Amino acid sequence: MNHQPIAIVGAAETELGALPHLSELDLRADAAYRALADAGLEVKDIDGIATAVEPPNDMAHMLGITPSWYDGTSVGGCSFLVHVAHAAAAIRQGKCKNVLVIHGESGRSRVGFRPARQRPPHSMSGQFEVPYGVHTAANMFTLPVMRFMKDTGTTHEHLAHVPVAQSHWSLDNPRASRRRLLSVDDVMASPFIAYPFHKLECCVVTDGGGALVITSADRARDLRRSKNPVYVLGSGEASDSACISMMDDMSSSKAFRLSSRAAFKEAGIKHSDVDHLMIYDAFAHLPLFGLEDLGFVGRGEAGDFIAEGNTRPGGRLPMNTNGGGLLYTHTGMYGMFAIQEAVRQLRGEAFRQVENVRTSVVQGVGGMFTAAATLVLGNQQP
Amino acid sequence: MTAESSTGKALPEPTPITRPYWDALKAHELQLQHCEACGQYTFYPRLRCEHCGKDALKWTPVSGRGTLHSYIINHVAPPGWEQDVPYVVAVVKLEEGPRMLSNLRGVPPDPELLKLDMPLQVAFVPRGDMVLTVFEPLQLKGSQA
Repeated sequence: MNHQPIAIVGAAETELGALPHLSELDLRADAAYRALADAGLEVKDIDGIATAVEPPNDMAHMLGITPSWYDGTSVGGCSFLVHVAHAAAAIRQGKCKNVLVIHGESGRSRVGFRPARQRPPHSMSGQFEVPYGVHTAANMFTLPVMRFMKDTGTTHEHLAHVPVAQSHWSLDNPRASRRRLLSVDDVMASPFIAYPFHKLECCVVTDGGGALVITSADRARDLRRSKNPVYVLGSGEASDSACISMMDDMSSSKAFRLSSRAAFKEAGIKHSDVDHLMIYDAFAHLPLFGLEDLGFVGRGEAGDFIAEGNTRPGGRLPMNTNGGGLLYTHTGMYGMFAIQEAVRQLRGEAFRQVENVRTSVVQGVGGMFTAAATLVLGNQQP
Repeated sequence: MTAESSTGKALPEPTPITRPYWDALKAHELQLQHCEACGQYTFYPRLRCEHCGKDALKWTPVSGRGTLHSYIINHVAPPGWEQDVPYVVAVVKLEEGPRMLSNLRGVPPDPELLKLDMPLQVAFVPRGDMVLTVFEPLQLKGSQA
């Protein structure tokens, strides 16, 4: 197998928040141009393109790219992690040289909005879930948590500690939607969206986008850039049920376990090698599932681990250091923003920079526990 | 929960493979596919057994008994549910093995009363020209609308 090292050489986000002057297509294009500028490349240098929801061929035409490789994998918010993995394989195979991975979504303003995941009445979820009064992520993605809490001994306070811990990272960040320090009482006092989830345990809803430029490590060296490449050391992808009520185990994500195991194996890393961790947090239970399913803590230990401050600034496992989907931004498909923060930390340019980050793990989820993907990224060439 | 109505609430649209399930509910019977090759039950309905891959699935009436596996109390109503909030969306683990989503009836949407693993019994509610499931605490069996 060809193990040619692959690098992320461009990474950028658009403005975030409420952006009603930009359609979803505009957000995608804006993200793409910003990532190209960051990489010091032009549209004519790009021969591979990947994006979710919007067909990649349509996106390529809009930007003026004639791709020799494209990927439209659309499995929800972790799609962009999958695209990075697929792009690495395509570059190693010689199918293309320089790949743009693009995300943009008008999740808040809904300008030119195209739903990422539809549940028509003849689909499995449309027949067997939607008629029972579930409709959005807030009342579907949340369904496993009571089982998780009972099986692991996790409490309501543990759940509230997740946004509290992450608020220490997003504090005063002008790009974050929620910028003030939260207490457990603040979280508990916010209204219920879907019991046991309070509003502050649900992600913010924003417009925004982000894009990445991926190439071989050899070509990365030739780029006249001041920023260091970020290497793709390992990746994994996995899936679970088409209906959340029928996921393999409601108190543990099969897809998290399988995708992370594959990524750690490919990268050849142990948990003790991980300096920085991003776990897709559309809702407060996901970092709890993630810490346990990825094996950073034992069964039932994630709640205390977060409450005791281990994931906060100065803690031994800095996690969701942009504030996460709960506090920083969440357009509907958050995975791109988790990758962006990992890249910033590995380049040493994050808003709240962690010292000496060499290895970062990004755990994504998509379609509400339907899919998952993991990336192991590093700033030392393998 | 208020009486079911057809106003605005989503209706399932059966496909050829799932239609026997929905037809059984109309007859106030819960049926699942049972695999005559491996002996396990499958849900949602499929062309072949999810466990062994064999073409040996047979529609079979089941007990309608289950337990409360997980739930949320929904406070933000989807279209058509405005009069129902807060209401319970329950994941029910059926005696025969599979899990299914449904709603609860006969118990208020109060976490103090909603104990995980409490026994439940299926009942049936009309919506439009379809019939959907609803689950009640087991001791209330016989109070079906």
